[in-house]
Order: sequence, then structure tokens, then C-alpha cells
Amino acid sequence: MKEIVVLSGKGGTGKTTIVASFAALAKDKVMVDCDVDAADLHLLLQPVIKDSQEFRSGQTAIIDEAKCNQCGLCQDVCRFGAIKDFKVALVSCEGCGFCFHVCPEGAISMQENLSGSWFISDTRYGPLVHARLGVAQENSGKLVTVVRQNAKLMAERQGLSYILSDGPPGIGCPVISSLSGVNLALIVTEPTLSGMHDLDRIVGVCHHFGVPALVCINKYDLNEENTLQIERDCQERGIEAASRIPFDNVVTEALVKGLPVVEYSQDKVSRQIERLWQTISSSLGE
Amino acid sequence: MIVSVASGKGGTGKTLVATNLALSLAREDRVQLLDCDVEEPDAHIFLKPVIHQSKPVFIPVPQVDEEKCTHCGKCAEVCAYHALAVLKNWVLVFHQLCHGCGACSYLCPEDAITEVGREIGVVEIGNSKGIEFIHGKLNIGEAMAPPVVREVKKYIKPGRTTIIDVAPGTSCPVVEAVKGSDFCLLVTEPTPFGLNDLALAVEMVRELGVSCGVVLNRAGVGDNKVEDYCLKENIPILLQIPLDIEIARLYSQGIPLVEGMTTYRETFLKLFHDMAQVVPQRAR
Repeated sequence: MKEIVVLSGKGGTGKTTIVASFAALAKDKVMVDCDVDAADLHLLLQPVIKDSQEFRSGQTAIIDEAKCNQCGLCQDVCRFGAIKDFKVALVSCEGCGFCFHVCPEGAISMQENLSGSWFISDTRYGPLVHARLGVAQENSGKLVTVVRQNAKLMAERQGLSYILSDGPPGIGCPVISSLSGVNLALIVTEPTLSGMHDLDRIVGVCHHFGVPALVCINKYDLNEENTLQIERDCQERGIEAASRIPFDNVVTEALVKGLPVVEYSQDKVSRQIERLWQTISSSLGE
Repeated sequence: MIVSVASGKGGTGKTLVATNLALSLAREDRVQLLDCDVEEPDAHIFLKPVIHQSKPVFIPVPQVDEEKCTHCGKCAEVCAYHALAVLKNWVLVFHQLCHGCGACSYLCPEDAITEVGREIGVVEIGNSKGIEFIHGKLNIGEAMAPPVVREVKKYIKPGRTTIIDVAPGTSCPVVEAVKGSDFCLLVTEPTPFGLNDLALAVEMVRELGVSCGVVLNRAGVGDNKVEDYCLKENIPILLQIPLDIEIARLYSQGIPLVEGMTTYRETFLKLFHDMAQVVPQRAR
């Protein structure tokens, strides 16, 4: 069983488009959406939810007004500025419990957060494990770990060959949770200075965690000079720039129709994505 | 006035809007641009600021004095993040898990814990074309962006027009950047992904009590469902930027739109003035 995560650093470079197409191309796989705070893969895979679970994580402080004598100690110790006028601002509380431990009146309690939900679904391409982080909640990294663990369990039980994971943008907590221990990170970039800057940072994160990476340049014809530069940079860093996908409005058309682009059209974009999948599956030796 | 530029979905044009808004206003106003997308900060590519100050961001992590420590286990008991493990005669500290709340050192009965700074990123301060520029950069391999965002936001000066470029998504780094804003511009595109993530972002800003308006980028592709949604939710669409390959080319080269296509300066000024009309009175 091989786990492949699609990352990008910069958002909006085409991660979900590519994962959805891989879902249509690969055999014996489970899909997982690790972008838990702005999940989009379900829009292309049209899942039917079979099982739904609550995700509880972290705590929030609550002050009992009846017991509080307004001594102000909680406000003094809180480093997150979460307590003002003896009330807890829910979006600022990091759940550390410092206030709870120091309150001389025992007026503060800690309540577990219901931070989101996660789902096991059927799609016409195979099973999908996905999630929805609650509004303005934290701990997205932990929710990513939960969906990945469940996808892995499913892959093991059913003897599946691949876990295809749609990763979040950025380089922080949910990205690190998506990345640790995978067999391959496919990094989707675009030939813009922003894309290149962000590519450099996400490649650094892959190296830091010892994950092999492969690069795909989406909308390569937007700026061919930058595309060549990315290919040179990749070569220097010992990473394969495995694919060039042209800019084409069929990607948006397929998205509006709710279809992976390889099922919507047979043109250049689809052929490049098919070839990329062949490269990946053969490089993983299956 | 503090204006944050967020989106939910990545790659919709947040940095495009934030930087061009700042550049357009710089002639007539005292403007600050804060790049709070500390995982992937890109605004500097367009503004090319001269950086005159660079300050590392530390979070305080516990350091245990084994001479004083009696291994009573109090620190591990109070740590909500499991960043401390007390063994028989040894305390293990997992720095990456520590949020720097300070509870362990305060509550240690033996006074055996001091706090030392662990560097997780950097804040750089500079100037660009009349704009005061501040951005944060999370170090590679670090997980926690919010403390770096908080450091960047300490540079907000009252009385200025402060524009905040925000990370994609809707979770903690985004909340940290957007909270306290007078207005949030949500940049989206007319596709099912754009709509789905816009709706999540709207829920987020409403939770924070920040009013919002929409910038519809790449207008003309996709469908009309974002417009239908905004109408239904009573959210103003303050600007539509058409799908234009020339805009994408300028962006790819790091050239600000208002410099490559100068008529856009008026467009962004109008955006700002239209926005000021809908901003709650207290902030103007």
C-alpha cells in the first residue's frame, strides 16, 4: 500500500483537480481529503456519506459568574488575551487551562470542544474519508491525523494499493500532519514568482521530514520562462519535475459539471494528468 | 481602518487585491501592508520592500532545572498539549508541542521551570513605495503559525489604513489574522470550489463579528452561483475582476496590476471608497 499526498505550498494551483483525476485513473484506492478547513474534493467525487463521527479536540475555558470575585488573576496570566472583563473570548482561547488552574475561587471550568466532524463515504471511484472542521476551530492537524488513520485502516483491511490524499495549502500544522510518513509528495506548482517562492518552502518541508517529492507544473504555458526556471531549480535540488500541464478552460468547465477533468475531456490536460499518474504509479513500483 | 483580505480557497487573488489596494492608496493615505500569510508570504514579491529590520519570533518553552525538580509531575499534569512528560528522574520536553502558555513554570511548586525562547519564525519590517511593509515568515518544519501572526499584528498603528493579507483556509492562522479587523474582503472565483470555500469563510467572519464584502476574481469563467449566493446572503460584491490572461502574466512576473495596467489604480481606489461606505461607522 502506497500513500501519495498532493501538496502545493501556494493555494489554488490545482491540487484537488489532480487528486480527483487520479481518483478516476487509479485502481484499488481510497481517497482522503486532508484540507479539512476548506475541503473541496467532495465537490468532484460526489460522495454518499455512510458513517459520520464527531471530532472532539481541545478545550475552552468557561467562567462561572456566580463564583467569580473579579480578582483578575485569570486575565493577568492568560498570554492569548482571551479573557476581558471576566469573559472568555472563544476565538482567542487556546485551551491551555492556565486560568482554570490558578483561579482561587474555582470559578473556571474547561469544556471540551466539538471541533468538527469526519466522514466515511462511498463515491463511484471508491471510498473517501473526509472531514469538516467547525467554524473558526483549531486543531486542524489533529483532524488530518484522524482522517489519515482511518483511510489507512480501510486500505489495510481491504488490501488496497493506494491512499490518494488531497493536502492543504501552506507549510504549517495541517501540512505537516498530512505529510509525515507518506511514500510520495506530489507538489503542484504554477510558473508564477509566488508559486516558485512557495514551492521552494514546501520542498524544504518535504526534505525536513524526509519525504520524497515530485513536482508538477500546472498552467506551464502561462510563463514558459518561469517554467524552465522551475525545472532547472528542481534539477539542482535533485527533484524530478515530472509533468507540464497546459492552461485550459476545460478544467473550470469540468469543475462546474462536477467531474474530474480526465472524465470530462480527452484533450491535452487530461493526457498530461494520465501520463503523470503513470509516472507516479511506476515510480512507486506497483 | 483595518481591512483583512481572506478567501477560504487558495489562489483566488488575495495577495493581488491586498497589494494593489495598498499601492493605489499609498498616494493619498498612510498605508500599512501586513502579510499575515506567514506560511507562504508572497506580498513582498510584488512590493519589493527595502527591509530595514528583522526580528526573530520566539515562543517561550519550559526549561527544567533538574537540581530543583522533585519529579512531582505537576507540570505534565497541567500541560494541555502534552508537551511535558515526567519520568522517574527526568523531565522530557517536547518543544514542538508547546504553545508557550506558561502554566508549567508558574505552577511548578519547586520553582524549577524557567522559560527560554525557541525561534519559530521571523518578522521583517520595511518600506515600499510609501507603504509601511511588515511580514512574518514561519520557519521551515515549524507547525504553529498563529504566534508569528500575532507578532506581525503588533505593528498595527491606529489611525493608519492597515491592509492584512491572510492565509487561505478558515482555521486558527486565518482567525488570528482576521480578528479585530473592521472589514474583511473575501476574494473568490465563480466556480464550485470558490463558492464552497467562500461560504465557509463567510461563516468564519460572521463568527468573529467582522462585516465582509466580496471581490469576484476571474469573473466570466465558471457559473453564476457565487452571485446568487451573495444576493441571498446580502453580501455586497464590491469588485469584479475579469478573467484576463494579461493579468495572469503580470502576476506571474511579480508585476503589480496597477503598474502593468494603470487604469486599475482607479478601480482599487473605488473599491476602497465603496468599502468605506459599508464599514461600520466606528471604524472610519
